[in-house]
Amino acid sequence: MSQSTPALRLENIVKTFPGVRALDGVSLEVLPGEVHALMGENGAGKSTLMKVLGGLHQPDEGKIIVSEQPVRMASPLDAKSKGIVFIHQELSLASELTVAENIYLGELPKKRFGLVDWQKLYAQTDEILAKLKVGFNAKTRVGDLSIANQQMVEIARALTVDAKAVIFDEPTASLTDAEKVVLFDVIADLKDHGVGIIYISHRMEEIFKITDRISVLRDGSYRGTLVTAKTNEDEITQLMIGRSLDLSRNVNHNELGDVALEVKGLSCGKLYRDVSFEVRRGEVVGFYGLVGAGRTEIAETLFGLREPSAGKILLDGQETRIHSPADAISKGISLVPEDRKGQGLVLGMNCRDNMTLPQVDDLKAGPFVAEGAEVAIFDQYRDRLDIRTPGWKQTVGNLSGGNQQKIVIGKWLSMHPNVLIVDEPTRGIDVGSKSEIHNLIRELAGQGYAVIVISSEMPEVLHVSDRIVAMYSGEIIRTFTSDEVTEDNLIQAISGITPDKAA
Amino acid sequence: MEPGTLSTFLKRGAIWGFIVLQLVFFSIAGKYLSLSDTAFMDLDNMLLLLKQSAPIGIIAVGMTVIMINGNIDLSVGAIFALAAVVMLDSMTWPVFAGLGDWVIPVAWALALLTGIVLGAINGLIVWKTGVDAFIVTLGAMLGYRGLVFMYNGEQPTSHLNWTLVDFAEAQFLGLPTAAWFLLGTVAVVWFIMNRTVHGRNAYAIGDNREAAVNAGIRVGPHFLMNFMLIGFLAALSAVVFYSESGSVNPNDGQLYELWAITAVVLGGTKLTGGSGSIISTLGGVIAIQLLRKGLGHIGADTETVNLVIGLILIAVLFLDRQLNLKGKQELRV
Amino acid sequence: MADVTDKTEARTSGPRESGMNSFNLAGAGRLLARQGILVAFAVFMIGFTLANERFLDPDNIMGVIRSSAILGVMALGVTFVVISGNLDLSVGSMMSFATIVVLDLHDKIGPALAIPGMYAMVLCLGAFIGFLVGYLKLNSLIVTLGMLSAIHGLTLTYSGGKNMDIADKEGTWFSVFGQSDVLGIPVPILLFALVASVLGILLAKTPFGRKVYAVGGNGTAATFSGIRRARVVFTCYLLSAFCVATAGLLQASRSLGSQNTVGQGLELEVLAAVILGGASLLGGSGTIFKTVIGVLILGFIQNGLLLVGLQFYAQYVVTWIIIILAVWLDIAAKRGKLWSPIA
Repeated sequence: MSQSTPALRLENIVKTFPGVRALDGVSLEVLPGEVHALMGENGAGKSTLMKVLGGLHQPDEGKIIVSEQPVRMASPLDAKSKGIVFIHQELSLASELTVAENIYLGELPKKRFGLVDWQKLYAQTDEILAKLKVGFNAKTRVGDLSIANQQMVEIARALTVDAKAVIFDEPTASLTDAEKVVLFDVIADLKDHGVGIIYISHRMEEIFKITDRISVLRDGSYRGTLVTAKTNEDEITQLMIGRSLDLSRNVNHNELGDVALEVKGLSCGKLYRDVSFEVRRGEVVGFYGLVGAGRTEIAETLFGLREPSAGKILLDGQETRIHSPADAISKGISLVPEDRKGQGLVLGMNCRDNMTLPQVDDLKAGPFVAEGAEVAIFDQYRDRLDIRTPGWKQTVGNLSGGNQQKIVIGKWLSMHPNVLIVDEPTRGIDVGSKSEIHNLIRELAGQGYAVIVISSEMPEVLHVSDRIVAMYSGEIIRTFTSDEVTEDNLIQAISGITPDKAA
Repeated sequence: MEPGTLSTFLKRGAIWGFIVLQLVFFSIAGKYLSLSDTAFMDLDNMLLLLKQSAPIGIIAVGMTVIMINGNIDLSVGAIFALAAVVMLDSMTWPVFAGLGDWVIPVAWALALLTGIVLGAINGLIVWKTGVDAFIVTLGAMLGYRGLVFMYNGEQPTSHLNWTLVDFAEAQFLGLPTAAWFLLGTVAVVWFIMNRTVHGRNAYAIGDNREAAVNAGIRVGPHFLMNFMLIGFLAALSAVVFYSESGSVNPNDGQLYELWAITAVVLGGTKLTGGSGSIISTLGGVIAIQLLRKGLGHIGADTETVNLVIGLILIAVLFLDRQLNLKGKQELRV
Repeated sequence: MADVTDKTEARTSGPRESGMNSFNLAGAGRLLARQGILVAFAVFMIGFTLANERFLDPDNIMGVIRSSAILGVMALGVTFVVISGNLDLSVGSMMSFATIVVLDLHDKIGPALAIPGMYAMVLCLGAFIGFLVGYLKLNSLIVTLGMLSAIHGLTLTYSGGKNMDIADKEGTWFSVFGQSDVLGIPVPILLFALVASVLGILLAKTPFGRKVYAVGGNGTAATFSGIRRARVVFTCYLLSAFCVATAGLLQASRSLGSQNTVGQGLELEVLAAVILGGASLLGGSGTIFKTVIGVLILGFIQNGLLLVGLQFYAQYVVTWIIIILAVWLDIAAKRGKLWSPIA
């Protein structure tokens, strides 16, 4: 790193969405030939920042400066033409087309009469692929490639332009160790050519291996930049988590009842292996781990959405099989799903109908739906959960995220379940509603519910859980009681650096 | 070999395997049931088959393009009929009276232009309003059919031009005219879809529209071009067919859209877009026609053809899903 | 024709004037977009009444509804299928099948047994489709397209390709469904009204109806709420088959003889009526009442255009324009822009 001018500079970027200040004056500077890590918890604003940079969102305030020139990114294509290339976490490839066509998507070299200049296309592609040392060629159909190789195609796109800066968003999430080595070589190569790199990852090991500096975001604002060689995990973790007053560690334990749910040696193909745990009445068990660690898949199995390949599920001490969500519900298991809009709610329906959906068969007056009883249930849970809506007729899609989530929670509370599973309870929800939902979860445990909370946010898990199960790549690494747990040992357990299976 | 190559190969080859199976089955069964003395795989029989495949086949080629692009066109049957009416009727217009047989290319051009314009209307509406192509062309199917009826009421539109009939009934290098048009269409459209930037972009749009848009591909003009192409092909199909028959009923072409879609799906084109092959669609068209002829050859009621084709279509869909499901862990939703 | 297009223009001019790009739908504009189809209906009725006073004649109105009844009954069943997020393109050929079967059985086992016999056979077809789409989760467009062809073949095989006629057309009571009146109201209208009322209540007021909306609105969320999606979809196809059987009964009873292709092409006209009524092909929205309005609009346009002296077939062109405008305005209101964002 010389004292050269930055490849890319962001100044005071502000971006608000209705009800949320997603980015609050974020600044960032990437030098040519630098690998700059961007870290922060889910919801800290990393992806919004990158979308602003990649031309998918327009910032409300602030400047983007590429090689000393202030620029405006009108679209992803525009960003690319200005030398900013985005390697997406979700692949954006056309699987029926060849590798070469995908790399030059939208910019196929032309001959006369609109014909594709295949010779040129393949020659250019071969040149790029040679740099990447991949095991496929320009004419391979992308759909026939493994996920890792598809990722390499995405990366190859970055090499087609004279890139000033390349953004990698969690690039190693689906790569094997051997593939990671290749990726890191590519990054080293880009670096040698003076390209600035923004590298987003949760994995400490990688951060220390390849990055030069680390910038941290929290709650939409910039928290500082560290030089990788002069820092350590603790310091980074400190910056990422911060200390919010209302999110202290849970110390109030309830009186525990019987074991409501016990899982023994449960496995589901490659998704997770040999998982065992128990949840007592009055207890909140937090599941913490990276995305893809297998937490959600366990919840889906308990809710009858997946067939386990081995292991047992016991409800109130009785072994049971759960065939479908309807079956799970009848056995007293409820799931507040991760994807609120996709799985939790029928957005076009009104509040009342969403809330009573699982029990609509039981709320009958003769052959008809007892609408009066439905309204009574809605009113009861609106008051109890403090749902702010003009009335039950309001379409759920028009409510704020927090109120939507309360409708989903109300839906299940009104069924009086034995086991309540809450997957990412506060994702995309404003701070005020967050603490309300946290208090609610504690309160429910106090009333004797057995609660499982799955979360990617450490303060949340620490705040609501009596015990915390740490998962890494499909396995339970360790179960902590709230006395033993520290941010450090928790983050280490889920990053897979020092797999401590002592417990 | 990367995973998936084998199943892709199987899927691409499936329609031709099915055709071979039919040929073998009908030849053998025909011999034993021996209701006709001619062999099923007789050359004349096969040439006739190709000729009879032409009307639906030419439309199905256009439908393949539309479906690869991620749309659908239900109005092709009505465009087919309207183009036919325009062609046959325009030959009798007094303006062209002095042209003699030169009226033929003029009438053809008018008919083809009709198809292009009707297709362009669909394409523009889909592009500019954002209404789903299914609804746009469903409406157009009614509207264009209405125009056909308004043209000449319920009467057939007829005009026999013997030069034209001779041309349509001619054989060139052993192939009937209609078969040449079918093969020519397949070749040209195959070339467009596989060798031009427009064709490759059409695949990309159907496959992953968001990625295509992000890569700066303009979706609307590609939609418009492809709707114009299918309009042109529906008209071409009409021109080829009615040059020979010389008379069009206002109800002609009804259900052609559904036959064309059936052929396209049998040929393996994905409903969701992005994947499909012009050559396989030709296979789908031939398979349907072969089934029709074959069932007749072994003495089955021609009525059962529809039954068999419908059930085969569903079976193909089922098998395709089973193949795709295999080895994947998916949610039970 | 000019008269009609003027009215359609009037309907769209509000939103258009309020800005091509911003398309801010406030007040009247929003009403137009939300209740557009009712407004259009009213505009047509007034227009036709002004153009020809015979239009409002009770006999004329009765005649229109009566001739819409067959299409209408089929549209009721398809409404359930569409709200549940699927399509049914097989209803036209299924209706031909129902008509042919009931006419054939009439002479073989008598009308009293022929009717339940026909219903049983048609319901079996509906159950088959429901099984394929609901339980096997096959794409409904292709399944019902295949069934369109298959049932057509079945009908031809059944009839041997010949027209079907009742031998004794004078002496059968079978004609009551299609040809007689009760209290001055034709029976087809009464049957249409009866089926519409029952299905309307089923959809709007019962747990099953609620589940249909949930499955179509968001099938995944419905499953996550413990709704057995496959069962709901299956039942929708059964209902559709029931309606088709009723339509076949009306058709057979009215004509007492039929071709094999009597229902051909109706599948798409039925779908047009349902879409015109405002049901979204994506599922989750629509009502029986709106479908009835959609059916009546088609019927009255046809009648009105004839009365103002236009050809019968002009209705198709007008229907085309109305369908596009209705759906366009609906989605324009939802996205807040008149023109699509497609580049």
